Order: sequence, then C-alpha cells, then structure tokens
Amino acid sequence: MSFLSLTERDREQMLATIGVESVDELFRDVPEGVRFRRELELEAALSEPELVAHLEQLAARNVDTGRELSFLGAGIYDHYVPAVVDAVLARGELLTAYTPYQPEMSQGVLQAIFEYQTAICELTGMDVSNASGYDGATVAADACYVAKHVTGRSRVVLAETVSPQVRQVVKTYAPGFGLEVVDVPHRNGVTDPDELGEAARDAACAIFQQPNFFGCLEPAPDLAAAANEAGALSVAHVDPVSLGVLEAPGAYGCALAIGEGQGAGNYQAYGGPHYGFIAARSDYVRRMPGRIVGETTDVDGRRAYVLTLQTREQHIRREKATSNITTNQTLLALAGLVHLSWLGPQGLRELGETCMALAAYAKERLALPLLFPEQATFKEFAVRVGRPAEEAIRAARARGVHPGYALKRDYPGMEDSLLVCVTEKRTPADIDRLAEALAA
Amino acid sequence: MVAAESYPDELRYHSEHDWARLEDGQATLGITWFAQDALGELVHYEPPEEGAEIATGLSYGEVESVKAVSDLIAPLSGTVVEVNQKAVEEPETVNEDPYGAGWLVRIRLSDPAEADGLMDAQAYQSFVAEQ
Amino acid sequence: MKLIYERSQPERRASTLPRIDLPVPQVPEELRRSRPPRLAELSEPELVRHFSELATRTFGIDTGFYPLGSCTMKHNPRVNERVVNLPGFRDLHPLQEEEAAQGALELMWRLQEILAEIAGLPAVSLQPAAGSQGELTGLMLMRAYFADRGEQRRKVVVADTAHGTNPASVTMAGYELQKVATDVRGNVDVAQLRELVDGETAGLMLTNPSTLGLFDEHIEEIAAIFHEVGGLLYYDGANLNAVCGISRPGDMGFDIVHFNLHKTFSQPHGGGGPGGGPIAVRERLEPFLPVPAVVPDGDAFRLDYDRPKTIGKVRGFYGPFGVFVRSYAYIRSYGPALREMSEVAVLNANYLLALLKNAYELPFDRLCMHEFVLSARHLKREQGITALDVAKRLMDYGFHPPTIYFPLIVREALMIEPTETEPKETLDAFADAMLEIARDAAEHPDLLKEAPHNRPVRRVDEVKAAKRAVVRYGFEEHPDLSEEPSEARELEAQKGA
Repeated sequence: MSFLSLTERDREQMLATIGVESVDELFRDVPEGVRFRRELELEAALSEPELVAHLEQLAARNVDTGRELSFLGAGIYDHYVPAVVDAVLARGELLTAYTPYQPEMSQGVLQAIFEYQTAICELTGMDVSNASGYDGATVAADACYVAKHVTGRSRVVLAETVSPQVRQVVKTYAPGFGLEVVDVPHRNGVTDPDELGEAARDAACAIFQQPNFFGCLEPAPDLAAAANEAGALSVAHVDPVSLGVLEAPGAYGCALAIGEGQGAGNYQAYGGPHYGFIAARSDYVRRMPGRIVGETTDVDGRRAYVLTLQTREQHIRREKATSNITTNQTLLALAGLVHLSWLGPQGLRELGETCMALAAYAKERLALPLLFPEQATFKEFAVRVGRPAEEAIRAARARGVHPGYALKRDYPGMEDSLLVCVTEKRTPADIDRLAEALAA
Repeated sequence: MVAAESYPDELRYHSEHDWARLEDGQATLGITWFAQDALGELVHYEPPEEGAEIATGLSYGEVESVKAVSDLIAPLSGTVVEVNQKAVEEPETVNEDPYGAGWLVRIRLSDPAEADGLMDAQAYQSFVAEQ
Repeated sequence: MKLIYERSQPERRASTLPRIDLPVPQVPEELRRSRPPRLAELSEPELVRHFSELATRTFGIDTGFYPLGSCTMKHNPRVNERVVNLPGFRDLHPLQEEEAAQGALELMWRLQEILAEIAGLPAVSLQPAAGSQGELTGLMLMRAYFADRGEQRRKVVVADTAHGTNPASVTMAGYELQKVATDVRGNVDVAQLRELVDGETAGLMLTNPSTLGLFDEHIEEIAAIFHEVGGLLYYDGANLNAVCGISRPGDMGFDIVHFNLHKTFSQPHGGGGPGGGPIAVRERLEPFLPVPAVVPDGDAFRLDYDRPKTIGKVRGFYGPFGVFVRSYAYIRSYGPALREMSEVAVLNANYLLALLKNAYELPFDRLCMHEFVLSARHLKREQGITALDVAKRLMDYGFHPPTIYFPLIVREALMIEPTETEPKETLDAFADAMLEIARDAAEHPDLLKEAPHNRPVRRVDEVKAAKRAVVRYGFEEHPDLSEEPSEARELEAQKGA
C-alpha cells in the first residue's frame, strides 16, 4: 500500500518492542463476539493510474458548466474562481493543517481566519464573524439558536422567499431547539414588511433573504425595522457577491447577517463543500457558534492570533455550548478571503454591476413575461416560458444550453416559471444563445 | 494581583464554593477564594437581572475564565436587589478581592432561616481540604 | 507580519473582469451600498506573497509529524486532489438534471454501499457536513423513531470520556443529558449504566475505541442494556480508524454510526475543515433518514425525495460532494485491504506507547488501539512541568504536539495518535524527543517552561485575547495590543480533539 510506510522488517522489530507475536494480538481487547471474521466486500484496490481513469470516467458522465452553457443559479453560482485561489489552496501547509489548537504552530492559518472574519464583517457591516459554518443553510439554523437564547422566545419567522434549501434545514433543526417555524408568504415576489412584523411579534427572529430566492430585491431595511420593532432579531441572508452594490445588513439595522459563501471563491462542486458565514452585532458575540480567532500578543509583546472566547464552545461548555460545531469550513472560507482580496472593493462593485448589466440584457433579450415584473433584481430573475418549465429545459438542453431552474420544484403553482441566473462568466453572445434556445 | 487564600469567619459558605454575608434580611453573595483559584483569571461575569428571583442550590449566573465556565450557585434564596457592576466590567476584581470588591450580587432574603444550613468558615475549610 | 489590510494601498488591485458595453441598472437608492467594504487592495504579486508567508507560518501534515489525538492526522494522498478537481466534479451544478449528473450520483451511491459494508449497517445518508452534524442527525433520527412509535423518551446517556460534541448535540436535539463514568480498566462503568438506563432512555452515545484509545471490553453487554429497554446505540465514529475491517459498529450492536471522512478517510483538514459526517443506520431507522437519498433506478441513479417519515434536510443539497470524491478515491486505493490501514494504525500506536510508557504515567495499562493517553502528572508533581510545557517543547523538535488536557478524566493528559502513514523512523525520533523532554523536565526545566523557542511567536496571552476580544481588524481604530502588558497565559485547557 503506497500510503503506508512500514517495511516487513519494521513490523517485526516493532512487534518485538511491544512484546507481542503478531498484529492480531494487538486486538486482544476486542471481544470475540464482535470481531469481523471475513474480508470487507469492497472492490479490488486500484493503482493510481487506474484510479484516475475510473474517476475520469465517472466525471465524464456529468454535464458540467464547461460542457453546457448554464444559467442555473438558485443558491449555487458559476462565478469565476481566480487562479490565485487554486494556488493558495494547493499550499500543503494550509491544505493539511488541523484546527489551530496550538497557536505557535498555526499563526498563518489563525491570521488568515482573522482576515476572513474582517472581510465578512466589512461585507455585512457587522462587528463579529465566526471562522465559518457548514453552508448557507445551516448558518440559518445557527441564527435561530442564537435568537432563541438571546430572546427566550420560541418561534422563528421565515420569509417564503428565502431559499428552499435554507428553509428546509431550519425546519429540520427547529423541533430539537424547541422552536416553531412560521412562514410569511410572498406578495408579488417580495415580502411585505407589515406581514413580517406581525408574524415576528413574540418571535425570536425573522429571517429574510436579499436578493431573495426569486432574484428580487426585498425592501430589506423595512423588513429589518419591522422585525426589530417586534422585538425579534432581524436576520438577513445575503449573497456576498451582491455586497459591492447592495447595502450591508449592518447599515440597515440587522442583528445578524448570514449567507452562503460559495459564490465568493468556491467552485460549484455539486453542492459542496462550501462555507456558510454568520456575523453579528457585538451584543451577541457570546452566543456565536463555532471558532472565533482573536488578536493578542505573545510574551515578548509580538502580535499573535489565537482561538478565543472558547467558553462558548462544546469542548468547554459541553451540553450548554452555543453549538456543537467543531470541524467547520476553514479551507473554503480561506478561498473566500483570497477571492475577495483579489477583487478588492472596486472589483467587487464591478462584479456586481457586470452581473446586473448582463441580467438586465438577458431580461430584454429573452422577451418573455417576467414572473414579477414590478421588482428590481440582481443577477437572477424569473420568467414565464408559456409551457411546463421542464419542457423548456429539455428543449434548451438539447441545444446545449441549461436555461435555469424550474421553480415549481419548490413552489407549486409556478409551473411555467424558470429562474434564470447570469454571472460575469456569461457573455451577451451566450445570452443570445439562451434566447434562441428558449424560443425553440 | 491575586488575593492570598483566606476564608473569613464572618461569612457563611455553600458546598458549591459560594459565600454569603448576612446583613438585616439581605445577603451579599460571591465565590470563594478556592473557586476563583480553580477557575483562574476571570474574563467574564454574566450576572442575573436586578429583580430576578434566585433559589438555593440553583444557578443565578455564570463566571468564565479562558479555560472554564462555572455556574454561580445561590447559597440562599431571594430577590436580586443589586449587581456588582465593577465585577461585570472588570471581572478580575473577583480574583483580586473575592470577599470585598469582588462580590457578585446583593439579594433580599426570602427565607433567612436557610442560612442555618450553610457552613461556617471552619467547616468550609475542612470541606475544601478534602477536594 | 502585516495583516493583508495593512499591506493594502488604495487603487491597487489584482482582479481583472470582463468589460461589457451594457448599461448597468440602478439599484433603488435605499438598497444601494452606501460605503464600500474595506476589502484588501493588493496587486497579484503582493497577494501571492502574503498567502505564501501565511503558509510558511502554518504547520500541516505535509510539514511534519502531527500526532494530534482523536484527529487522525494521516497523509493526504495527492491523487485525491487531482481527481476532485476534474471539471466533471468541480464544475457540476447541484441542480443539474439527474440524467446529466449520473457520474456524481453513481459515486455517491458507491460510497454509500462502501460505508454500509464498513459499518455493518445497511442504510446510509451522506448528507451531514461533519461528525458533530452526524451526531445531531443521529439524535434527530432517534427522536423521529420514538415519535413514530408513540414513545416519549427524554434521556440520552454519554460517557465521561466523550468529546464535547456529544453533550452539545444532545442538548441541541432537545434531549436531556445523563453521564456515565469510566471504570478502573478504562471501560464504561456497566454497573452505573444499569442504574441509569430505563424506559425513558432514548439511547447511548459512545466512542469505541474510546478517547482513551481503549476498546470497551463490555460492548456486547452495554448494547444489551440499551436494547432490553428499547433504546438505541449511537456510535461516534471519531475513532473508526482503529477498527476498519476488524470490528464493525453494527456488529457491536450500534444502531446509528457517523463517519468522520476527514479523519478516517483522509480529507485534508484545511486548518479546520471541511469535513464529512455520513451516517449509517439499521433498517428500522432508514425511513427517517434525511432526503434526498441516492438510489439505483435500473441502470441509472436518481435522487429519492419520497420518504414520508424523513427528518428533512440537515444541510443544503446532498452533502459535501468534494469530500465524497476524495474519500471514495482513498478507499478504492485500498480495496479490501482497508483492514491493513487500521492494523498499522494500531501497530504504530502500540509501538510508540511501548517506547514511552516508562517515562510517562499510563493511567490504564493495557494495549491501546490507534491512540493512547499518557499523563504528565508525575512531572507536574515533581518538577512543576505540565502537559502544556511538554507540548510546547515538542515544537522545538519540529513535531506538532499531541492533544492535551483531553479526555477530561485524565489529569495532565497527552493524547497521542500517530496514524498508519508514519514510518518507524519518525516514531523513533518522536519517542526520543519525548524521552529527552522527560529528562529535561528535571535537569533543565526552563527549556520547557520557555518553549517554544523557534516558532514565529512564543507563548501567547489568551487572557488578553478573551478580555479584549479583538476579533476583526479595526483599520484606523485598530488597537495596538503590544502596548499593553502581556504574560504567558496560554492555559492548561483542552487543546485538540
């Protein structure tokens, strides 16, 4: 086995040192009744070239966004990942380090997390960010757990325009937290602040998404104000790529900002691994889940970084911890930091503007009725294709174009609606092809 | 500057390492030298709200060091009339002066007779010696 | 070294983006960004240098020996990085039509089958994002299972050697925690267990081998205690690296198992994650598993959402797919010889234990499994040298320290897990270092107290970090903490696991 380093001679010497005759003897504490007596039924071992060939064959049976012109979005986005992200993530020290428990061994990764926390705080207008959550859905459940403890209330309000992935995860977690989930329906593609405020009375938090799942821009400042007035924590689920052009949740009074980080620095990867971010106003720092890196000094007064406020966490607070999270998504968050640092403030704004300009061109070029014509949008919008959406998808895919997501998969009644996403990787010529494919 | 070990005679002690100073139907509560020493330098004190009801044997707040978090167990029952803001703002005060400036809450006793169930300094010292 | 924000210069940038001659729609004023985020502004050369410097200040398994107990820091094969970056995996959208994602679905199905065989349990969900999420998912399954049977059970038993994630997960799942102690041989205290367990007990969470690195000799009896009252057994798979192909959790009597793909099956840990926490369960729990499941459908594979009793979804989409690719590749490299992985892990651990047990206290004198726990209690008593000092001094020899101060029941604990990928020479060199440190504890205690000597920083002030809580760069208002007095207050608390 190429991953093992012992020779036969090594084994013999080591067994002699231990004072046993055989490797089997090392397992003498394993009771007879629970020993596994046969060989594992696994397929034969593959050599490295065979392994690569096998996986290449599997990969070839997937139609990736390099093989098909794709307008799929709905939470995972085909944004450009700069080469420098790949280069940094290929550094063995960063790739193969464990969680930085020993600060002297881990200053690089600790500093990177501190810089990531800073980037997330800057994007969202918040005071504190953790080192990452699993994804954009689980951080919403985290936010509910924070809100439950901060407010002592037992209901959470979810706008129906929040991503279905996020809503499903919140609903899975809620019973264990002792929380009831209340949905607020959309009105013409966006959430009505009065309705959200009404539902948020006696609620621990109200979660909305900006831009929302339909791509529409919510009246986010009014939603935050409505939740805050009801005494609930206002939680904005935001797209990091939008935050060069859209207002930061902190600037309109949100208590927490959460989101899926994938669009900043991560490939689509069939849905993961990516990173979720969760950031909060400083009032809630002691309720935050997961790792947080803080600045300090060493004995010589040199600046140093270290995992901090650990009494929140499972290894110290155990059953009273703010979360059970341990392993997080640091490597993916590092990719996010590199991408955001590659962009800079100017690049992030240009990226947002490019997506918006292309999406606006697509709306015009498709010449299909919009599902929510009154609403402003960012990089996604919903159109009505005048026939069942899956038919339109099938027809377009036959022409090498994936035109978008069939909304009926999550919103019964929207049978003929397609959610179209345009990133900076698409060109006006690509959009012309989409228009032709959908007209077919 | 951490205080030297001591267990003043005028106080009453609870087995969860809390002390009480009784005065006219009220009591001042804090944690003992032994407790602060076991925790290490405190970095956070999460107090109860003024007006809150606390009950003997139950948690009324938390103190944290970098490595540990500890519930504050009420040695007596009553209503919180005052929280020591100095301990909230500078929790290391508890390490420096656990029985003086590092007190935690003042309560109005709901059942002053409960104090009879607490240890005196001598009994508590013997108890600590066994820990 | 400077923070990336301190290297920034206005107007510098690394990025180039397509220039498109199209009008940009106006964002409604009240929704428009009012102040740009202060992201870093660097040219690409500066950006690369910054992250290269961060890399050189980080120690990974690629750098050297990393015997962090309970974390299974084994070599990460580079072929796994090659295959995960195949465009067919990397650039596949999760909402791509199933017929156009057959390779991905087949890979997931194959991994499910493999994990079922290793666990000895028939049904698998790959969805949980990490071990702790696998735990929570497993507890949610217990709730759903008992609710479906109309039973009200509120208690879950956890061993006092458990990772903190176990009790934290119990609370998050809405259960009440009960703790069971460890007996003098390092097994679960069966007598106490019998007293704790009754018809209100939903189940047990157990790591086996335990965090002491010991296989519980009474595992069959423990399983019977729970099964007699209709309870369920949950296997924390953090230590599965010891027993692949040797003893299967399902055969031990466990009903739910999580795997740590990032430990046992070699996902590079990236400074904290990603991980993968798939779970395997017995038939009677399968109806409650998260949706969707990957199922065969004739010659093809599809995602099955039609599970009326499902607990729902525990994370977005289908799980950390890239982690699946790496772990699948890893297991396929071994094939049926996977058993040898565990055998060598246990051999390496016992060899190292044999070299060290005369110089450090061994709280439970047994053969170990893939890891073992020593105590520096004698050094503390005799020389005032703590496990923390030993850990810091190991850095001077170029080794990452073991996990320290865990499990909680061993004072001055040093929890050492060498893994199967290390050569004998490395184990010998590590043992030599540990033995020299034990001698220096008596003869040159300052060498330990002042260690490490050659890392980018010396011991850090954790109290200052917690009190000041500077958790982001503050730009113009960033405090200069070096002006405030500092002490070596890196404390004797759990580091690792």
